Amino acid sequence: MRNLHVYLLILLLLISGLGLMYLKVTRLGLPLQPGKESYIWTVEAEVEFDGRSRSTSIQLQLPAEQPEFVKLDEYFIARNYGLNIETQGRKRSAEWSIRRARGPQRLYYQADLVEVPAADVVPIADERTPRPPEKPEYPDALALAVEGLLNEVRSESSDIFTFVSQLLVRLNNLTSGSEIQSITKGIVPGTDAWVERIRYVLAGAQITTRMLQGLSLEDGKVNESLVPWLEVHNGTRWEGFNPLTGDKGYPANFLRWSVGSDPILSVKNGKNEQVNFAVTRRPQALTVIAHDRAEAMRSPLVAWSLFKLPINTQYLYRILIMVPLGALVVVFMRIIIGIPTFGTFMPVLIALAFRETELLWGISLFLFIVGTGLLFRFYLNNLRLLLVPRLAAVLTLVVMLMLGISLLSNELGLVQGFSIALFPIVIMTMVIERMSISWDESGALEAFKNGFGSLAVAVLGFLLMNYDQAQHLMFVFPELLLVVLALCLLLGSYTGYRLNELFRFRDLATASVEDKEKENAGTGA
Amino acid sequence: MLGLARKLRKAGVVGLNARNRGYIMHYNPRALYELVDDKVLTKRLAMQAQIAVPRLYGLIGTVHDAKFFQNMLTGINDFVIKPAHGSGGNGILVIARRKNDLFYKPDGVAIDAGEVRHHIVNILGGMYSLGGLPDQAIIEYRVHFDPIFNTLSYNGVPDIRMLVYRGVPTMAMLRLPTRQSDGRANLHQGAVGVGINLNTGQTTLGVYRNRRIFEHPDFDTRLSGWQIPGWEELLLLSARCYEFAPLGYLGVDLVLDARLGPLMLELNARPGLNIQIANGRGLAHRLRAVDAAITDTADAVQRVAISKTLT
Repeated sequence: MRNLHVYLLILLLLISGLGLMYLKVTRLGLPLQPGKESYIWTVEAEVEFDGRSRSTSIQLQLPAEQPEFVKLDEYFIARNYGLNIETQGRKRSAEWSIRRARGPQRLYYQADLVEVPAADVVPIADERTPRPPEKPEYPDALALAVEGLLNEVRSESSDIFTFVSQLLVRLNNLTSGSEIQSITKGIVPGTDAWVERIRYVLAGAQITTRMLQGLSLEDGKVNESLVPWLEVHNGTRWEGFNPLTGDKGYPANFLRWSVGSDPILSVKNGKNEQVNFAVTRRPQALTVIAHDRAEAMRSPLVAWSLFKLPINTQYLYRILIMVPLGALVVVFMRIIIGIPTFGTFMPVLIALAFRETELLWGISLFLFIVGTGLLFRFYLNNLRLLLVPRLAAVLTLVVMLMLGISLLSNELGLVQGFSIALFPIVIMTMVIERMSISWDESGALEAFKNGFGSLAVAVLGFLLMNYDQAQHLMFVFPELLLVVLALCLLLGSYTGYRLNELFRFRDLATASVEDKEKENAGTGA
Repeated sequence: MLGLARKLRKAGVVGLNARNRGYIMHYNPRALYELVDDKVLTKRLAMQAQIAVPRLYGLIGTVHDAKFFQNMLTGINDFVIKPAHGSGGNGILVIARRKNDLFYKPDGVAIDAGEVRHHIVNILGGMYSLGGLPDQAIIEYRVHFDPIFNTLSYNGVPDIRMLVYRGVPTMAMLRLPTRQSDGRANLHQGAVGVGINLNTGQTTLGVYRNRRIFEHPDFDTRLSGWQIPGWEELLLLSARCYEFAPLGYLGVDLVLDARLGPLMLELNARPGLNIQIANGRGLAHRLRAVDAAITDTADAVQRVAISKTLT
């Protein structure tokens, strides 16, 4: 009964710990490996115009929310301007205003964006199906050409998308007949006007269209303008078309800046206005990006993230969160292997002390100081001192030894000597005292067994606690503490033999002499 | 390795993990530990239960008292000093005789009063107590062990460890000090353990440093076939200890004094597992047999009867 209870608890802990970790990996894209990097895109819109020394207002369309990108942050940089952000449905725009703008003016808008991994893109549930446009009254000169083109394409297409595609191919084909050429006469291919003209023609077939303007994100772009793109609705969804080739789809890394035909920038009481775009990217640790993105998405998974703590507290927790793992090593070595150690958690403390010193240096320091301390302790034994003052005397000696080592290594030009913190001193003193008592009472053999057992377990604990991968996993996924807890419970419910007991009781594995005699007597009779 | 584990399981060997989780945790409630960890309390309870114990000469609780420890010992030639909260036989000082202000240990080494005092002060400071807490020092009667053990014991008091499970003596061993154990009867310090047949009180084979042996390592004396005198009384005595210290998994340490007969030395809430090697068999089968035979109302005599059926 009790065991079932424990096992259910273990199962529950494992599921919640690993489950949370799974969610964080798949939903937030938190990396399982340390040191992975991704990019943060910074997109900048630079507005320029010449002021007319009058009250001026500038309206700039801002990129709408979209499933492919998450906006981490945005900045509006405009000195002396008042700022107002308007949101209308899915459209956003910034409106700057100033009493008097004189001479050339520059205003900036910046946004930090992160791509959402392709697998995680959730398309925005589409608004109502837009109503198809009225068929325009084409001027006589155009009417014939448009009708001709539409009829020609209609006979060669099966649905709206192939229709649009075919039509675009024809409009872009320089060898098309002069009738078709006349439709786009005087319009530069690839401009807003070009897309508008295509929409105008498609309206003749009552096809719903809209213009997109966006940026293809690429590092190092400067002085770019937005790329106009055509989007067509087939009654169920929107699809993009390259207005120059008729190819279906969107450019790579396409950031939609504005949807519809409204101008990107409008300046009241200004002249020579123009807007330029620039794109840069910078690498950033994946963990940081994932957290920023999750926060921007208001994911509850990061509500308890350790990354929210101040940096120095984070540093402390990077160490602290590994302590249970070290304790798990001690538990494992004791319950499964049966290695004797001083106390239960002395090895964890020694392992923590090694953190301050590096391993090899730490071990030699440990052996030297504990050895010298032991000799001193035996000498003090002869003086018959009271227990607590004697401990204090040993502590003093340990500090003196460390001081000596530091000075000596400084003299010799070694640096490690200095990396001794307060922490190991107390631990070494405790080890010396425990070891000398064990020596007195159970003999040198027992003392050395325990001493080296503690040291070996400490080294193992240190190696695990300092393993980059383990540190990364524990810090990024603190829910793994639940798994550590589960393992502790599992080891706590283990009632099998320890490895060393197989050796200790080996004589019992063979039948006892008495039993053998009995058996012999049995077969004899 | 797994094969070895399987063989041990078949032999009924109880490991530390199984002992801790299956028996100690189950049958020895923490609250009762004080009854056995505090040797002064154990002694008092045992006396109330009319169980013979070594006489208490004095109890020292302060460093000031330690200075005058000799006042408690007027007319007493030999004695034992031990911590009230010691464990594993640590911190026990045996004085076999006094002469001209010198104190002689059983091995003949003489120490002066200052050294004795230092030992007492160490005990008071918590050097031998569980958890290093300040402690009291007990000065008590030194057992003169039955001469039957003269050829089996090196400079110390051989004692009998009885494992009492739910009030039933379940396994027993004779513990013999060796040169290695410095006169102490604790197996992990190098003493020899000799299994005892519960039914007859005769010794079987021995264990020394976890290995099965047949002769005493210091004297080459044969270990098996010795009859423990007053065996019935020893069984009953250890079964009765369960009544004032109701720990279901209890170690009872007994000695045979030449003049006073069986005495209860101390109790142990975490008895060791070497007793299995000394008896050449695992505990598990016997523990199960006791579980099957025991009733809540069984008195000490009935429990001893169960004990004698265990093989």
